[in-house]
Amino acid sequence: MALQSLDIIRRSATTTPSPNQRQTPEVVKLIDVSKCIGCKACQVACMEWNDTRDAIGTNHGVYDNPTDLTENSWTVMRYAEVKTERGLEWLIRKDGCMHCTDPGCLKACPAPGAIVQYSNGIVDFHEENCIGCGYCITGCPFNIPRLSKKDSKVYKCTLCSDRVAVGLEPACVKTCPTGAIVFGTKEDMLLHAEERVVELKSRGFDKAGIYNPAGVGGTHVMYVLHHADRPEAYNGLPKNPSIGAMVDLWKGAAKPLASLALGVGVLGAFLHYVTKGPNEVSEEIEKEFKDEK
Amino acid sequence: MKNDPKELLRYTPFERANHWLTAITFILMALSGLCFFEPLYYPLSQLFGGGVWTRILHPFIGVVMAVSFGIEFFNYRQLNVMTPTDWEWMRHVREMVGGDDRNMPEAGKFNAGQKLLFWLLAACMALLILSGIVIWRAYFSFLFPVALIRFAAVVHAAAGAIMIALIIFHIYAAIWTKESIGAMLYGRVRRAWAKQHHPAWFRDMTGGGK
Repeated sequence: MALQSLDIIRRSATTTPSPNQRQTPEVVKLIDVSKCIGCKACQVACMEWNDTRDAIGTNHGVYDNPTDLTENSWTVMRYAEVKTERGLEWLIRKDGCMHCTDPGCLKACPAPGAIVQYSNGIVDFHEENCIGCGYCITGCPFNIPRLSKKDSKVYKCTLCSDRVAVGLEPACVKTCPTGAIVFGTKEDMLLHAEERVVELKSRGFDKAGIYNPAGVGGTHVMYVLHHADRPEAYNGLPKNPSIGAMVDLWKGAAKPLASLALGVGVLGAFLHYVTKGPNEVSEEIEKEFKDEK
Repeated sequence: MKNDPKELLRYTPFERANHWLTAITFILMALSGLCFFEPLYYPLSQLFGGGVWTRILHPFIGVVMAVSFGIEFFNYRQLNVMTPTDWEWMRHVREMVGGDDRNMPEAGKFNAGQKLLFWLLAACMALLILSGIVIWRAYFSFLFPVALIRFAAVVHAAAGAIMIALIIFHIYAAIWTKESIGAMLYGRVRRAWAKQHHPAWFRDMTGGGK
């Protein structure tokens, strides 16, 4: 979602500062899983606001519909039937981009300005700069971005950056009938989440907690989980997500160093040539063959 | 000089054409691949019609390169088997680089440096093909788990960088050793050149005489 933005703190494949004269407070979308009834109003609101329409799918015998994120479905409800110490529980999680503080997609992206991070924490794709390589998918610790077959661009939740930029809350927050999704400054949302955790603990959910994983520097979409000790139970929410050693190696210091090494190699070859001279046929051998001609 | 019947045939027309096909595709692969390697090189994507075209073309050019390199590999693999003399040659390589090749053991059609380069390039090429398939998002990546794709991305970048370094070395060696570029362009070399740089091959070709 492109906007004329003056509050960009990070821009993919860019080594100089981005326009960041304007500062905005960090925002967070807090999803209280314990309040979610799985109505999918957020999915509908997302498509309404962003004007995306997914293909009509088929019933897979479960509530998940569509069964996965797509280039048109930037958020989906994931339903899990899980046995806990309390018996059978139905854990419903609204899945979508977590808007990491340290975004793996942005780190992996080779196209300048195709992925940006605003000072409010939102990680946004600027599809007009996207080249369709899919490196963001490789870099994402949450398996979120989806490559469109129609235009070979990658799409994901924008956290309604266009709405937030003009002081509105994201569409999914606006529509949520139970108040399971709330939106505000990071400070306020953490306070609210802590209150919710206290409440859940008082109701017997001893392991209730906030999902704000440190491995990616924290996220700008957070969950309140009744079983924060086992996030995997919520349809595979990763316990300790991080960009990971492979992506760090791939996108870290190794490449500038390799560039330097190649440059030194070329310079070294040139210096060898001007100091040692070319490798030519020796006079002796030349003479040997000259006589014969 | 061109029509001197005493010149020795070093590379056949097919070998030359195929070598240059590999060379051209390599240059295109290096320039387009570097766009995804580091932001520094991204402007090179303009040579290919922008970032999207670069992303589309890179793997297809890679397929052409894989085939032409594959033919070269098949043609030259037996000529590049390292012999004890070659290892001895490697032990003297510093003297040669320093400008004194009088003590060099006799090299065959390819010297030990060329042979080692051949095997290193072949290893890089194999890694690039395998990892390239895994990260070819449009057609193949969906077949593989993300952990493997991440690993392949690292392998592809590393093997690509090493291959560029090896080719810089290859090109420099050709510039340094006078007349060897002509050999790959026109196919024939002077006998004096052959005796100087590849004495064992010279003997094979001439039966030891002049």
